[in-house]
Amino acid sequence: MTDVGSTQFDVRDEQLDALCDRLRTNPGPIEFDGLRATASDDGDTFGLEIPDRSHGDLSESEFRGVASEGDVAPYVTNWYYWEEVVGHRGRHRRTFLRHAEAADEHAVPERYDALESGMETEWGEVVVTATLGSGGHRRYEVRHADDTGVETRELDAHDDPLDAREIATYDDRGRYRPLKTAPSLVSGWVFSDLDGRDAVETLDVLYPASVANWNLEREGDLDVTHWRETAERQTGIYDVIEDLDPEAVEWVAEACCVDSQCLKRREWEYDEAHELEADGGAGTFPCREPCSLVVAAARKWTKLEEEETHTYEFDLTPSEKEQVEAIVDAVADGRTEDIREADVYEGANRYRARFLRAKRFDEHGNLSGTPTHPDEDGTAGHHGDHDDH
Amino acid sequence: MQALVIVAHGSHLNPDSSAPTHAHADTIRAAGAFDEVKTGFWKEEPSLREVLRTVESEEVFVVPLFISEGYFTEQVIPRELRLSGWDVSAWGSDGLSADTATFTAEDTGQTIHYCGPVGTHEAMTDVLVRRAETVTGDPDVGEGFGLAVVGHGTERNENSAKAIEYHADRIREMDRFEEVQALYMDEEPEVDDVTDYFESEDVVVVPLFIADGFHTQEDIPEDMGLTDDYRTGYDVPTEVDGHRIWYAGAVGTEGLMADVVLERAADAGADIESAIATVREETRETDAGGETPATGD
Repeated sequence: MTDVGSTQFDVRDEQLDALCDRLRTNPGPIEFDGLRATASDDGDTFGLEIPDRSHGDLSESEFRGVASEGDVAPYVTNWYYWEEVVGHRGRHRRTFLRHAEAADEHAVPERYDALESGMETEWGEVVVTATLGSGGHRRYEVRHADDTGVETRELDAHDDPLDAREIATYDDRGRYRPLKTAPSLVSGWVFSDLDGRDAVETLDVLYPASVANWNLEREGDLDVTHWRETAERQTGIYDVIEDLDPEAVEWVAEACCVDSQCLKRREWEYDEAHELEADGGAGTFPCREPCSLVVAAARKWTKLEEEETHTYEFDLTPSEKEQVEAIVDAVADGRTEDIREADVYEGANRYRARFLRAKRFDEHGNLSGTPTHPDEDGTAGHHGDHDDH
Repeated sequence: MQALVIVAHGSHLNPDSSAPTHAHADTIRAAGAFDEVKTGFWKEEPSLREVLRTVESEEVFVVPLFISEGYFTEQVIPRELRLSGWDVSAWGSDGLSADTATFTAEDTGQTIHYCGPVGTHEAMTDVLVRRAETVTGDPDVGEGFGLAVVGHGTERNENSAKAIEYHADRIREMDRFEEVQALYMDEEPEVDDVTDYFESEDVVVVPLFIADGFHTQEDIPEDMGLTDDYRTGYDVPTEVDGHRIWYAGAVGTEGLMADVVLERAADAGADIESAIATVREETRETDAGGETPATGD
């Protein structure tokens, strides 16, 4: 990507051409990130200012010479990159890329120094590193945060943002990831040399709509839709979820939306007047509405919550009661795979669970031989309710 | 600047559901007709609710990757995309003829050309035939062959059967196959009895479904007697009651589906003629000489 005889600090002829063209075709001055450039009405003379330096009444060749000098060039290539390469279409993309080099906080020379060694932005589980390419063009690297410091050649190299689709589809055990913001993105890959458009596209594949929603929030324009409104909007098989009690919505948020389950920061509440107590998380980008997974799970919970409680009698030793609690905890925290096969001190250990089942379940799978529905014969199994519509 | 957004159902459980949507989007992206090509899903991300904000263009063609007009195309998609003032009458459809109607998206302000579903477009007939070519490995398949188009049936939506009949009629009119029959999963004539409806020894069976899943991979193969247990697989063709059944799987996985998406957008005013020609040629798996082996699996 490097031009012969050109470094990241040099101005290219085409950039100077663009600067002159812009000043001649548009009568207004250029004022951008500390660069001020002007042209006379007839387009024959030019002026150029950066902090602590000012030149006026320059011929075009003098102007091009000054613009190419060491301390001025970064201002010119910086203008070219942001105004001619990135442009203003795609405001979310532009804002993100400006954010990736803290453009609103640091002057051009400091930024160029920082970009030389790379400026990092965390985004969910990934890190975007902005660097300088030739002629001040920015290049971006995207990799998993767990791979920070790993040699690039040791990672699977990609250059097409759409490759991220495959990366984001399965977790490290090959299971389908229906929620892209679940903290289960695999590591071991790198997009090492992307332009700005492809960098944002890669993030948009890994974390769909996250850049747009993050920027809308920055602009104070994020359209948060609270639980109640989302529930009332549903039709078909999901229209039942509006019957779910507010208390149960708390449990939904606690079950599904905390940082251990989803990296989006929950901004929706029960409704505008009633906040949920569950932790919304500390994620970089917001969650503006209950997602389809939450809606689908809530449908199941709405049906389950319609049931009345019933008093059962079970015979359990104190340790068995604690073991049941340990099993629920292990499943809820996704720890079952981490419990070692021979670690019989863990209640959720497989042998411990099998022992409990052998001792306490009858031939129909009923705990302590107690039927689920006492008026039935106890054989009623668990019936599935898999609906993916 | 014009953008294409393909909207589809997707799944929380099965990654195969959205695979054809992504594949067709990739084909169209490679043809270069649109400045942006994006996908949005009911069950995956970006959601229908948020897909438009990932699009930078002001003018967006939205094509639903659905088989028929009904609940999703008439209620769910327009509601979730926030199409201002949407009413199904805007399509003026008889259940098969929805083409396009233009609205403003309330949240983004974009101009949205909301197209009818791919399944009812006339170009879908060609995809069914192309699927038969692909599964038999014969670009001229027809002589000596019967063709069955299989649909879900009317359980949830009467327009679903209309689409099946429509394409079966059109293929019959081509006079290419010996016999053409519409069959259903949940009503007569049933796909279970496929061999009763054909005299031809060879029968290609193409389900008019968008993606492979429970129905196309488990129900239909078992119902037709291709296998007792879908997990053990089946041959293409499989001999059943003296017929060779060439089971094609969901038509939506056929590469030429990308053409129907483009046709929908072109009908809605997108300027993409050259891309249509490119996609038609590049999605062909059987070459003109018919040398390419069958890829059915």
